[in-house]
Amino acid sequence: MGPADILTILDNGIEPLVELLASTIRLATPLLLACLAGLFSERAGIFDIGLEGKMLAAAFFSAAVAAMTGSVWLGLLAGIAASLVLSGIHGLASITFRGNQLISGVAINFLAAGMTVLVAQDWFKQGGRTPSLIAGGRFEAIDLPFATELRDVPLLGPLYSELLSGHTILVYLAFLAVPLSWFVLFRTRFGLRLRAVGENPAAVDTAGISVVRLRYAAVAICGVLCGIAGAYLATALQAGFVKDMTAGRGFIALAALIFAKWRPWHALWACLLFGLLQAAALRYQNIDVVGILIPVQLMDALPYVLTVVILAGFVGRAIPPRAGGEPYVKER
Amino acid sequence: MTRNDPTGRPVTAAPDTSGPAHAGAGGGVGHDSVPAIELRGISKAFGPVQANRDISLKVMPGTIHGIIGENGAGKSTLMSILYGFYKADAGEILIRGKRVEIPDSQAAIAAGIGMVFQHFKLVQNFTVLENVILGVESGRLLKPSKAKARGLLKQLAEEYELHVDPDTLIEELNVGHQQRVEILKALYREADILILDEPTGVLTPPEADHLFRILEGLRREGKTIILITHKLREIMEITDTVSVMRRGEMTATLPTADTSPEELAELMVGRKVLLRVDKHPARPGPVVLSVEGLRVTDDKGVERLRGIDLDIRAGEILGIAGVAGNGQSELLRVLGGIAKGRGRVTMNGTPLPLEGAGADGRSRRAAGIAHVPEDRQHEGLIMDFSAWENAAFGYHDDPRFGSGTLMDNRAIQDDTRAKIERFDIRPADPMLSARNFSGGNQQKIVLAREIERNPDLLLIGQPTRGVDIGAIEFIHQQIVRLRDAGKAILLVSVELDEIMGLSDRIAVMFDGRIMGFRDPRITDEKELGLLMAGIADPAPATGGEG
Repeated sequence: MGPADILTILDNGIEPLVELLASTIRLATPLLLACLAGLFSERAGIFDIGLEGKMLAAAFFSAAVAAMTGSVWLGLLAGIAASLVLSGIHGLASITFRGNQLISGVAINFLAAGMTVLVAQDWFKQGGRTPSLIAGGRFEAIDLPFATELRDVPLLGPLYSELLSGHTILVYLAFLAVPLSWFVLFRTRFGLRLRAVGENPAAVDTAGISVVRLRYAAVAICGVLCGIAGAYLATALQAGFVKDMTAGRGFIALAALIFAKWRPWHALWACLLFGLLQAAALRYQNIDVVGILIPVQLMDALPYVLTVVILAGFVGRAIPPRAGGEPYVKER
Repeated sequence: MTRNDPTGRPVTAAPDTSGPAHAGAGGGVGHDSVPAIELRGISKAFGPVQANRDISLKVMPGTIHGIIGENGAGKSTLMSILYGFYKADAGEILIRGKRVEIPDSQAAIAAGIGMVFQHFKLVQNFTVLENVILGVESGRLLKPSKAKARGLLKQLAEEYELHVDPDTLIEELNVGHQQRVEILKALYREADILILDEPTGVLTPPEADHLFRILEGLRREGKTIILITHKLREIMEITDTVSVMRRGEMTATLPTADTSPEELAELMVGRKVLLRVDKHPARPGPVVLSVEGLRVTDDKGVERLRGIDLDIRAGEILGIAGVAGNGQSELLRVLGGIAKGRGRVTMNGTPLPLEGAGADGRSRRAAGIAHVPEDRQHEGLIMDFSAWENAAFGYHDDPRFGSGTLMDNRAIQDDTRAKIERFDIRPADPMLSARNFSGGNQQKIVLAREIERNPDLLLIGQPTRGVDIGAIEFIHQQIVRLRDAGKAILLVSVELDEIMGLSDRIAVMFDGRIMGFRDPRITDEKELGLLMAGIADPAPATGGEG
């Protein structure tokens, strides 16, 4: 058996693995965007369990506008705008009116869940969904340069042309957002102030900087990232909006955020792990383990079960931003 | 020497005048007749409460000016107006002779005012450097800002004995060093007027001495310092001039050299106050409480008490000195039945259980132990309950107060009225919720409840924290009276003056251990200060095991 044979065997073995990992990347993308969204908000001291609702609203409005105009870019803008509106509500409730951030987040989730289906039914009369998006209304996969040429190079070929190449622009954007977030948070003046306001807003206030403005900025960044995440779901991962299509991704992103201890690079690894779990659940529907058939429902539930297990046992002590969840009131 | 401040404003630092470090040494300012700060007719009301009433004040450059007054006298409000936290209802502020508006902290910083708050405004998990530049970064990127600050900090550290490693996280620094960071923050912002609000409350005596050396250094360089404190000793020790505030008004401004602690106390309270505790020598009786090898581990697994041995006799006050957080709280809590512990504790010869059944507040009260907890607002009272409800807590199953199921509210209220009269609690209304009483009167409610049960042992923590001078005198008298009635008293306080004035014996705690016992008539603050900092000396223990 020559070296060429070994490579062939490797190639055959590697193919399902590459497919699984490529699927991991696609499924990790919305988690990553939502996780970074939550990271900005919570680092500034505003807890946000409304990530789910914001994604859902963005998913619907991006698909609806893309379906009506035929432009996916207008759809993306509509999704971001919808998410920003909900962010604004959360900001108003928790920053300006110093309300309870958890309650505000829960309200946003309910609002989005009900509103999207209601408006979808009113606009499209298709049982609370949008029409399937056709070309132009969807983000298309991008082939990286030389992807086809390199496809047949043993080992590295499939890795490049199938794992790294062939995703939509939003996937690359999500992964680029990781180093970018790190840079903004830890290397810029804005990042320093944002982190400070989540740890001790009084320090920021006495330094003569507006706590309110900083927190709104953080909430707005959160809104934009959630908007992209939602648009990705409806116009890139799927072709259109269906009821409750976020399926708890906003909450898994929150779990990933805690798992990552509120750090951008850790968030990447956490989201890839959760993405892998989802990809595996999708791919291996019924598994036969030594004569016992594991039902599909269990596989589908696995990512959620593991979320609980990981959070309960493997995180260690995750210390959230110290001023998280507390409205800032100037002390007397 | 000229340097640019972080906002690009050229600033000329004062030349090094090493002459007599006193008023008027503000070299570089030029015209010493112009006050650094002048307040004219400042008034501020919060609703119906007049916090500041027509206050005028002049502070000359290069001096240390003390502001003294009881809690709620309006000191902090006045300084918050100066730092832009509140807007005055009336009056004007002049800085170096020029009228300024200070609508926010930014404006105060721009006017050259720096403030060191009682509770530090530092970001715990940031480095010293990051805390210093926060808000006055020199550009959008942090790297150049940090490089610039690093150089300037080194210079300031040399100039003013303010050495702190710029790359240490704040949470890894002790409070003394955290305070230095606050001072550095102000100096980095080119403050030449520095306000310090109760700066020594959290410091050990050696740390406080170091702080005063720093302040003297700043005065030499021509900085103007306002020191807010309730400690008369500090005013006498370091200030050039002093103002006294009472009920929102400034009642006097005097050169410190021309006044005395007694006069200042009288100005603060409005009547003559006895500053020294008046008591006879103790006549200790038999041992009431005996503690051997007492250990407490907190819920994070950290051992907070590491083997405590002590005895308290009838008719004596054992004072526990120490910087907050060295195990004093745990000692009170375990003896009071609130926390679990290990070791051997006997009360009048009977062992007390330290965990499981019988290790609770009710059993302790039954054993003759009364407890006035350190944190009266959380453990001593329920702030939203009325005075009469609070006055019965822990003793609500007293047969005089009801049948066991139904409570006889009227009986409790009558009893509370009697307590209010005996302890001069104001306002004299048992229906008012605890929140509406001042700190001193809240403490009197707790004290009345615990003392009037005639306990054999009183555990009392921080008896006068947040209590004004007039009430301090009363509370101290009550503690001494209880001692003279032959009761044993365990006193925990972070106020060294209080420990030295009240105690018949002093135990100093550091890091969960007792560093030594001292006789208050023989020891001094210096010796206690060293023990409090964990520096044991070979001096023989005086009367350690009774």
